[in-house]
Amino acid sequence: MIAAITTLTSLGLLLGMLLSLAARFFQVPDNALREELLELLPGVNCGQCGYPGCGGAADALIAGTASPALCPPGGRVLAQSLASKLGRTLGDAGDGPPLLAEIDESRCIGCAHCGKRCPTDAIVGASKQIHFVFQEACMGCGLCIEVCPTECLQLRPQTPTFATWYWPKPVLQGV
Amino acid sequence: MMRLHGFRGGVHPPGQKHLSAERPIESLPLPPRLYIPLQQHAGAPALPVVTAGQRVAKGELIAREHGVTSAPLHAPSSGTVAAIGDFTAPHASGLPLPAIILDTDGEERWIESKPLPDPFSLSPEEVACQVGAAGIVGMGGANFPAAVKLSKARQAGVHTLVVNGAECEPYVTCDDRLMRERAEAIIDGTAIMLHALQAPRALIAIEDNKPEAIQIMRDACRQDARIEVLSLASRYPAGSAKQLIQSLSGLETPSGGRGTDTGLLVHNVGTVYSAHRALRYGQPLISRIVTVSGGAVAEPRNLEVPLGALVADLLNYCGGIAREDCARLLMGGPMMGQPLPGIEVPVIKGTNGILALTAAEAGEAHPSSPCIRCGRCVEVCPMGLLPLEMSKRAHHEDWLGVQSLGLSDCMSCGSCAYACPSHIPLPQYFAFARGKLAEQRREERKSTHIRALMEQRQARFERQARAKAEAAAKRKAAKKSRAVMVEEDDE
Repeated sequence: MIAAITTLTSLGLLLGMLLSLAARFFQVPDNALREELLELLPGVNCGQCGYPGCGGAADALIAGTASPALCPPGGRVLAQSLASKLGRTLGDAGDGPPLLAEIDESRCIGCAHCGKRCPTDAIVGASKQIHFVFQEACMGCGLCIEVCPTECLQLRPQTPTFATWYWPKPVLQGV
Repeated sequence: MMRLHGFRGGVHPPGQKHLSAERPIESLPLPPRLYIPLQQHAGAPALPVVTAGQRVAKGELIAREHGVTSAPLHAPSSGTVAAIGDFTAPHASGLPLPAIILDTDGEERWIESKPLPDPFSLSPEEVACQVGAAGIVGMGGANFPAAVKLSKARQAGVHTLVVNGAECEPYVTCDDRLMRERAEAIIDGTAIMLHALQAPRALIAIEDNKPEAIQIMRDACRQDARIEVLSLASRYPAGSAKQLIQSLSGLETPSGGRGTDTGLLVHNVGTVYSAHRALRYGQPLISRIVTVSGGAVAEPRNLEVPLGALVADLLNYCGGIAREDCARLLMGGPMMGQPLPGIEVPVIKGTNGILALTAAEAGEAHPSSPCIRCGRCVEVCPMGLLPLEMSKRAHHEDWLGVQSLGLSDCMSCGSCAYACPSHIPLPQYFAFARGKLAEQRREERKSTHIRALMEQRQARFERQARAKAEAAAKRKAAKKSRAVMVEEDDE
């Protein structure tokens, strides 16, 4: 009886020790590419790409089931850096001006839900006062739209200002 | 007489200066309303210091400079500030810019001025300071604050001031008329600027298509041995700062460098004249000379215009434009000017010309056709670039390629487009590429900014959670000690 207990206990201890040592020395590092992609992605887990958060998007990008232009908030810049990181071409996807949140002031009731939800603190406004979106801080993730009870928030293409306007590409038959 | 070195490339567009060159400068009748955009200079917009309804005197400060590279604005006439609001900018985009809108009262009541000290008794720094306070910017079209240029150049040890009277843009004659009619003032302004720079020599460069101006300026500067008037061979873009420096000194401005790296500083004659007005009479920059010309203008003229007057006011004074003839309305010259979104836009500090061109003048009869790789654009490019290759890369949106071919050295002079037998709008490709690259830089900056915002928010939440936990622990401890005390009391 005593012998059996001793044997089994020491066997368990020994094997446990072996296993923990193996886990330490033969550890497979996390996918380095995944880490790098997560570093690039915004990291707010808004879910606009259709994957469960930025981690899910990174997995899909590695598996090759998602396009580098999957992230609306990241815009063209992110799409380009993802494509070059993955060695893939971008094509025409992700073009056009970025979409940013805008408040229809006639419908805002100042419930202050959107400001709490915004991952970049881009929406300001006291309760029962009209709220405002800072375009410089908005990345167009659209999280605020879901919580707005009056549907006064909308994603709209960014309008050019005097400082951001530039000449369009000439339209010609060929150069 | 100095030997001239010349520069690479260039074109000979028809001058068309005869349309307005013999018309003396006239004052535009004061318009009832002036629209003064807060951004008329390179750098940050000025900050208004007046409010709607406030009465201002002519020359009174209405907006102060904001940041190092900026310029203040002064009331071009006496009157009442009607509003501060958005108004269409004199820019191809037609987008609005904040502007001070001034209702003039017609009294032309000047601000009370103190007696002015002799500019030569002031220190060079003080002179530069006063030039800055007068809101003077580069009036050849660059709009760069003149005071910043003066003090930077003095620190860089510039040895020669170049007064740019080349006026190489076709049609434009405002500098020509200024030199013919106000030569003494320009020479005095040159002497003041030499004092501000502590430089020993000034060269006044004028293209040889203005023989009258050359003669008058030569006569005017006879007393001052430091100043010499030079006649340049007429070739566009002889009046561009880098090309002018090369013509005069044989030195090429390094890529990405400044003109002052060569020891020469270029100022437009209009800028020098404004410095004279500011230092001698205490008058800030509130008006400028504008050439109104082009085949669609009834009577081309040279006008002295208060800043903020509408292009419509100028055109009306010149007999209006024949609408059906006017194919293109430009602010500036035909080579580098901005197409205007309409005639309801204000004149700003850098406006040297308003041109209403007919279709034949604007070259709109020729649609563009594919590039035949003749290399004419390469021959004429004054910067030694390859416009045909650059435009091809811009067309295919190969941004790295465009940059590696020297997009940042292109000064949009338009020589390539003028020489192109296929009528390809090459400068528009370069403007498009520049805009796109600037947009990419902005987006990159924004994404780093947003990342920082998200991290700050995360940190704030953690801080709040910690504070909550601490408060809860404190409450618990207080409760416990209270309970212990109660127990003790019970005992």
